[in-house]
Amino acid sequence: MTTVEKARKTPLRPGRVVLHVFLVLTCLMTLAPLLWAVYASLRTYDDTARNGYFSLPESLTLDNFSNAWNTGDLPHYYLNTFVITLPAVILTLLFSSMVAFGVSRFSFRFNLALLMLFTAGNLLPQQVIVTPLWRLYRLIEVPEWISESGTLIDSQLGVVMIHIAFQIGFCTFVLSNYMKTIPHELTEAARVDGASVFRQYWQVILPLCRPALAALATLEFTWIYNDFLWALVLIQTGDKMPITSALQNLRGSFFTDNNLVAAGSLLVALPTLVVFFTLQRQFVGGLTLGSTKG
Amino acid sequence: MSEKTTHGTPDSPAPRARARRKKATALGGGDKLVLGLMLGIPTLIHLALVWVPTLGSVVLSFGSWDGIGGLEDIKWVGLQNYVDIFTSYPRFWPAFRHNLIWLVFLMVLPTVAGLFLAVLLDRKLRFGRIYQSALYLPMVLSLALVGFIWQLIYQPEQGLLNSILGTTENNPTNWLGDPDINLYAVLVAAAWRHTGYIMLLYLAGLKSVDPALKEAASLDGANAFQTFTRVTFPVLKPVNVVVFVVTVIESLRAFDIVYIINKGRNGLELLSVLVTDNIIGESSRIGWGSALAVILLLISLSVIITYLYQEFSKENRA
Repeated sequence: MTTVEKARKTPLRPGRVVLHVFLVLTCLMTLAPLLWAVYASLRTYDDTARNGYFSLPESLTLDNFSNAWNTGDLPHYYLNTFVITLPAVILTLLFSSMVAFGVSRFSFRFNLALLMLFTAGNLLPQQVIVTPLWRLYRLIEVPEWISESGTLIDSQLGVVMIHIAFQIGFCTFVLSNYMKTIPHELTEAARVDGASVFRQYWQVILPLCRPALAALATLEFTWIYNDFLWALVLIQTGDKMPITSALQNLRGSFFTDNNLVAAGSLLVALPTLVVFFTLQRQFVGGLTLGSTKG
Repeated sequence: MSEKTTHGTPDSPAPRARARRKKATALGGGDKLVLGLMLGIPTLIHLALVWVPTLGSVVLSFGSWDGIGGLEDIKWVGLQNYVDIFTSYPRFWPAFRHNLIWLVFLMVLPTVAGLFLAVLLDRKLRFGRIYQSALYLPMVLSLALVGFIWQLIYQPEQGLLNSILGTTENNPTNWLGDPDINLYAVLVAAAWRHTGYIMLLYLAGLKSVDPALKEAASLDGANAFQTFTRVTFPVLKPVNVVVFVVTVIESLRAFDIVYIINKGRNGLELLSVLVTDNIIGESSRIGWGSALAVILLLISLSVIITYLYQEFSKENRA
């Protein structure tokens, strides 16, 4: 603490000034592509067609956003995305916390093997499994009310399932590291009081994992929301695509109106940006939780 | 950030305490069943949808199959798919080379930049949080979206880059259309997103470096640079491994951004694109796509095993 007080009292050293100037410039350069997109999205097509994009605006407008919203049918695609993202995040956290609880609270011989299997699975490039998965999904029959195709292919359920299967790996790894730091005495005390294994999990361990769960939920929401490949391959009807994969369709219908594309892109980015600005601590915490473990 | 400290090295229990615990957790029948389900269901899902298809790729890579008929239509061709890919598939070696360039580029630029920025920000600094937020921001955007946003910059006649360079008028550089340079243009965009992540990893690593170490070094007369290279950087070894693994995997997975820009053609071929083309393209050649997938698998497994070794050998010792 004393160093802070000292820093406040002493005038800024030249080194510090250089550091701040450098960091401000770096941050501006990092933000530039996004700011450029914002700027383009606020201008009219006529304005940029006449003066080019690298010019002062004649007027600023929000029309591009409402146009993108309507012509791109964005509400529909947002809905598609949330139908996939929300169940996938919730079930991923549920399943991975169960496995993490099992391997961190009880000592089985296969604990380590199981953890390694999950961790390795999560690191595989998706393309390694996508071809057989695509074929497998065409074999698995599901009732018509789940998928019109009669199989898992072209169904949102299929996409949810692969997200869960894939993301369980990372979350199990993080959560088991977290749970190992919770004293064993807590579950032992609960056991002595007659709590079943499930109650030890649900009422003792899970509430203590809230920070880790919040961090992972933030992270997984962003990742699954941003998914492009799974939906592109496993969903064939454009109408069912989540918003990130539907971006391509948006461009098709926008001709070369870059202002509209910019507005559409920003609208698509909006939910992840909101999550980032409101839950940045969780977001960063989740990533560091996964990488450094003491 | 506070989570980081809470999961430091767990106190390793004395052997006797551990033996006692084992007895204390002897399970009844119902509990055994519940625990079996809690571990079994997720494991089954993971195995069925991740590892079974992985093995499927390996098996199918030895066959020739259009994937439309039943399994009995598979014609087993041995290593023919691999031989063809290596010797007579014009898109393979360019894709392989592009993946390699992708890897080297990400390994150098964002890693150095991320580490450098992390070192700069790892101190009590006014506005430090704001700087961090700005630098993290690109990380939350999908690579597909990054592709869209950077197209606004790279367009030949209307893009920001050519406008700044003053080359929009005659014969403007076509950053994304020229097969000699478009890979690097895309890589700059990918690096833009990757740097924040690397910085985050290093920043977390630096926070866990014991300040006493640095103090001792400076008492011994080491300057800032020496302290970093001799004291801090060696302590960061586990983070370096994580950065290495993340970068390799990211390079092998790269797909969205080139697919958005031109479906991975004309200078932007990647292994991932070739695999995907076999299922969503016009021709579905399952065996072929699987053989390509196995090549990806082998490369990634070498890295994954390195990572598992570092991550879990600690556990064995504990």
